[in-house]
Amino acid sequence: MDRFALDAAHMLAGGMVLVSFMLLYQNRMFGLLNVYALHAVVLSLSVAWQAHVQDAPHLWVTATIAVVLKAIVIPVALRRMVIRLGVHRTIETVGGIGPTMLMGIGLVALSMVVMLHAAADADPIAREDLALALSVILLGLLMMVTRHNAVSQIVGFMSLENGLILAATGARGMPLVVEISIAFSVLVAFIVIGVFLFRIRERFDSVDTQAIDDYRGGRE
Amino acid sequence: MPIAWVLVAVAALFAIAALAPMTLSRRRAEAGTLIYGACAAACTLILVIALAALLGAVDAGGTLVLPLGLPWLGARFRIDALAAVFLVLVDLGGVAASLYAIGYGRHESAPGRVLPFYPAFLAGMNLVVVAADAFSFLVAWEFMSLTSWAMVMAHHHDAENRRAGYVYLVMASFGTLSLLLAFGLLAGAQGDYAFAAMRGAAHADWVAGTVLGLMLLGAGSKAGLVPLHVWLPLAHPAAPSHVSALMSGVMTKVAIYGFVRVVFDLAGPPAWWWSVVVLTLGSITAVLGVLHAVMQRDLKRLLAYSTVENVGIVFIGLGLALAFKANAMAGPAALALTAALFHAFNHSLFKSILFFGAGAVLTATGKRDIEALGGLIRRMPHVAYAFLGGCLAIAALPPLNGFVSEWMILQAILLSPALPQWGLKFLVPAAGAMLAFAAALAGACFVRAFGITFLGRPRSPEAAGAQDGDRWSTGVMKTLLGLCLVVGILPNFVIDALHPVSDLLVGGAMPAQSLLPHLSIVPISESRSSYSGLLVFLFILISTRLAIRVIHDFASRRVRRAPAWDCGWPDPNPATQYTADSFAQPLRRVFGPMAFRSRIEATMPPPGDPSPARLVLSLRDLVWDTFYAPIAGIVLAIAEKLNHLQFLTIRSYLSLVFAALVGLLLMVAVWA
Repeated sequence: MDRFALDAAHMLAGGMVLVSFMLLYQNRMFGLLNVYALHAVVLSLSVAWQAHVQDAPHLWVTATIAVVLKAIVIPVALRRMVIRLGVHRTIETVGGIGPTMLMGIGLVALSMVVMLHAAADADPIAREDLALALSVILLGLLMMVTRHNAVSQIVGFMSLENGLILAATGARGMPLVVEISIAFSVLVAFIVIGVFLFRIRERFDSVDTQAIDDYRGGRE
Repeated sequence: MPIAWVLVAVAALFAIAALAPMTLSRRRAEAGTLIYGACAAACTLILVIALAALLGAVDAGGTLVLPLGLPWLGARFRIDALAAVFLVLVDLGGVAASLYAIGYGRHESAPGRVLPFYPAFLAGMNLVVVAADAFSFLVAWEFMSLTSWAMVMAHHHDAENRRAGYVYLVMASFGTLSLLLAFGLLAGAQGDYAFAAMRGAAHADWVAGTVLGLMLLGAGSKAGLVPLHVWLPLAHPAAPSHVSALMSGVMTKVAIYGFVRVVFDLAGPPAWWWSVVVLTLGSITAVLGVLHAVMQRDLKRLLAYSTVENVGIVFIGLGLALAFKANAMAGPAALALTAALFHAFNHSLFKSILFFGAGAVLTATGKRDIEALGGLIRRMPHVAYAFLGGCLAIAALPPLNGFVSEWMILQAILLSPALPQWGLKFLVPAAGAMLAFAAALAGACFVRAFGITFLGRPRSPEAAGAQDGDRWSTGVMKTLLGLCLVVGILPNFVIDALHPVSDLLVGGAMPAQSLLPHLSIVPISESRSSYSGLLVFLFILISTRLAIRVIHDFASRRVRRAPAWDCGWPDPNPATQYTADSFAQPLRRVFGPMAFRSRIEATMPPPGDPSPARLVLSLRDLVWDTFYAPIAGIVLAIAEKLNHLQFLTIRSYLSLVFAALVGLLLMVAVWA
């Protein structure tokens, strides 16, 4: 049973890393949102599995929040936003799929090495979960860095946050209140960023952050 | 427990500071009297306790631990002999400045910018002295720096004061950083920040040596050691005069306390080369300080530079004490250390008088430039005579106190042939020569300061219409002058009071002085040298009396008033008098090109043009040019380069954060 629990947890966490890679190369808006929803679903599965394995009922609450908020509410809201913003037909030019993917692979390797080094005497289930969670976080950051479109940057941020939740649930005994507050802070961030997006569009007729930088001009 | 009472008084000072803003809505004079009076009372309490502890009347031993500060350490406070000496020094200065300020503070244009900080400043200085762990020491030290900075900035409308405040803040932060590193080294890997633990631990040679260097940077920058003195002549004059007196007379001594505490008490046995560093820096400081002082036209800045000189003299004494201590010569080490501490005490007395006098002149005339003063001895006789007394004391003339301490340092220098190291055998007499040179220049400096300011004819209408100082200020000045005289005539008791300090720090003491015939002091042995302030005083008194008798009996008693003879051209214009710059000219001629890179530019109008010829004299501070200007240039250049980081795109910032994170993770992966 233990062996199986470990493997399943790894598979789900590994699944999140895989979906993060899928996020990295999506260049269509709707595709991106769909994959993000998938990301959240895998997260909730992973959390649910942890709830089952660790016998921690409060993690079920976290899993439910993940499904309802991140897999349904936020993607639907983002979808409507994208339509209202009129960017649903935009195809983003990402700096080149190949190099980005290579960088992503490098980051995953880095987080593995770091975790194996830094937490050599920790519980293996926690350690490898942490390594995978760190990969998800780094991939989310990488996505925020490589994208121009503000909506994609938000999606990068959200996936980064999913990685945080994954790390938090992997560690035994994290109180529920922490997870709930993380979830709500993300929701608040989402609302704030949404408002900002519309304000940006009003001003610059675009949600490409490059436009803002161009507009500012001056010293580069 | 005495230490508890000291802390109560310090808490009272903090309470006064907190209450000060509330009193400001009342009438100004009353608010000032109330606050300064309360400060004087609190300082008197600490002064009495410290004196009792020093003279052994109460047992001050024992450490008080309060549950403040770092949770695992608490805040420790303790009064030992060294702390008691400096508490006396701080609070004597505090009482004097507070009483002086009762009168002086009435002329303050913005009391709200001084009153709340003044008690807090006093409290900070007291806390530095009684702190018995590194954390409380550093917090109190920084507190002292910041409150005094606030008072330097009291008149911030003046651009010069703002610059002074900026330089002071930079130097003070730098000094605290050095102290922090020094204590970090002393605490070692276990990180026990209590002084008792540092004292007990054995320190490696390189640790102790580095600590010495860091203390010279940290405490030296606060005390005004060359080349870290640049802030001092800017900041001390910028503050209101009673605060200038405290900063110059007392705060520099607190810095010296920090140096003595760490280097003599905590860092373990010294190596002989330490004294080389301290002696060299002390000699350079003494000479450069007084050379600058001679050139100044601003009265308060002149006094500030003279503080630099006196700090140099104290450091010469401390360097000698280190040299003797390193060679296990307890007697001479005790002599040098006692002399250094004695000089620190004396300097706090006479520098307070002088700054109080400068403050009185400033309020009476609104001028600090001595070229615009003159003739004040008739307008302000009380201030003038007290200032004259302070000048005599600081110029080290017997029978006043300045002479005794400098004489004792010279006596210690005369013992240098007994030192085994050849380097020291050569260096110590050189330091002695520098000390004698500095003392001579100090004489010239104060003849100039007093003569140009108080003698002759007024050079400006303000000086002609000046009023004498109020009763509080002149009373305090005279009392301090009386103390200078008493200490100068009866140094025995001061030396004996310093006995426990030298016992504590160098493991020996000077022979007991109190019961010697004619109240003379004998630093080493009767056959070598002795000095009796009382006999000298009586001799001066009697011979002066005799001279006056002789002159009055054999010369005319009649007072004649006639125009001063000036080469046959009686010119009523006071600008024809001897000026401060003319007084300094011979010294400038000799040392100017070397020490100041002085230049004189004469611009003559073309023939036929009736406009006046001009002579422009420019002096440069070489220390600033060689050390500070390049550093400031480098910092500016780097800042200019980094400036474009302020104008990156959001994505670039994210990338930077990302790169930094990945870099750190790589470091963990490689080295962890």
